Amino acid sequence: MVNAVMFWIIAALTVIPAFSLLFARKAVHVAMSVVLVMVGLAAAYVTLGAPFLGMVQIVVYTGAVMMLFLFVLMLVGVDQREELKETIKGQRWIGLFTAAGLGAFLVSIVVRTTLPVAPTGVQGEPDVIAIMLFEKYVLVIEVLGFLLITAAVGALVLTHTPRLKPRRTQLEVQRDRVRVGADPVNKPMPGVYARHNALDVPALDPEGRPIEHSVSRVLKIRNQTVEGEQWRAQLEDPSRKEGDR
Amino acid sequence: MDPINFVILASILFAIGSAAVLLRRNAIIAFMGVELMLNAANLALVAFSRIHGEIDGQIMAFFVLVVAAAEVVVGLAIIIAVFRARQTISLDEPAELKG
Repeated sequence: MVNAVMFWIIAALTVIPAFSLLFARKAVHVAMSVVLVMVGLAAAYVTLGAPFLGMVQIVVYTGAVMMLFLFVLMLVGVDQREELKETIKGQRWIGLFTAAGLGAFLVSIVVRTTLPVAPTGVQGEPDVIAIMLFEKYVLVIEVLGFLLITAAVGALVLTHTPRLKPRRTQLEVQRDRVRVGADPVNKPMPGVYARHNALDVPALDPEGRPIEHSVSRVLKIRNQTVEGEQWRAQLEDPSRKEGDR
Repeated sequence: MDPINFVILASILFAIGSAAVLLRRNAIIAFMGVELMLNAANLALVAFSRIHGEIDGQIMAFFVLVVAAAEVVVGLAIIIAVFRARQTISLDEPAELKG
């Protein structure tokens, strides 16, 4: 027999987060709720006398599968909007009705069945499972090995993108830069004549003219730059102060 | 408490997972619904293993777990391939075969 309190805790821990699959807007929230469901299921396995399977459930599902989901969410962008226009008319209600009907059907059948419960449950400890796996089901284990390696190769093939253009070497990059007349070396740093927060002051070239492109483009867009004129004037006439132009 | 209650819980979780597959358009969320259905089946297997006092149900649940892991890898690779081709993971967008 199973502890009743444990059952209700597990039921709450699995069913409530599972509803986020239907109602949560953001896929990340759904993924984290499904992680909770998986932890609840692992607790259920331990309660039902399968401690090994419970641990495997935590390692494989919460540790590997759901984190893989999160990685893919990161790759495709977390704010992929789900459009609410229905392609098939009334799909929402048909789907909800079908799923609720399926649930009611399954529950009504299971409630009616009475199975004699074995008085002594088995404990699925690792050694018991291992002997079973590698004696009775050894062929299935081999086939699963084939399946896993096929899946790994399949994933590699599906996500592989062929290189369309040859890789550009550093020499080619440098030649292109010189050909279009860009700076052959690094851009000059801003703020050579540091008077205040000097990143917004353009550097001066040897003839004393401000080099406009030495200031960050971002600062220019935000109108946070300072003209180089006043600094040059101050150099020529040290009696002038910073404020007057 | 009778372990058959866990089979009822598994049925409810299966229904929620199937509803997610039927209702959501985001491919990743629908895929998580598939995962929930697989896990519900696993829970039923383990519960029956407890009821019958046999370890075979747990072994079957273990096999389902491995197959589900392989399925997740290939499925997510397909989602990424589709996303690379058309910048969307909506299940309604790819409709080239529509008559």
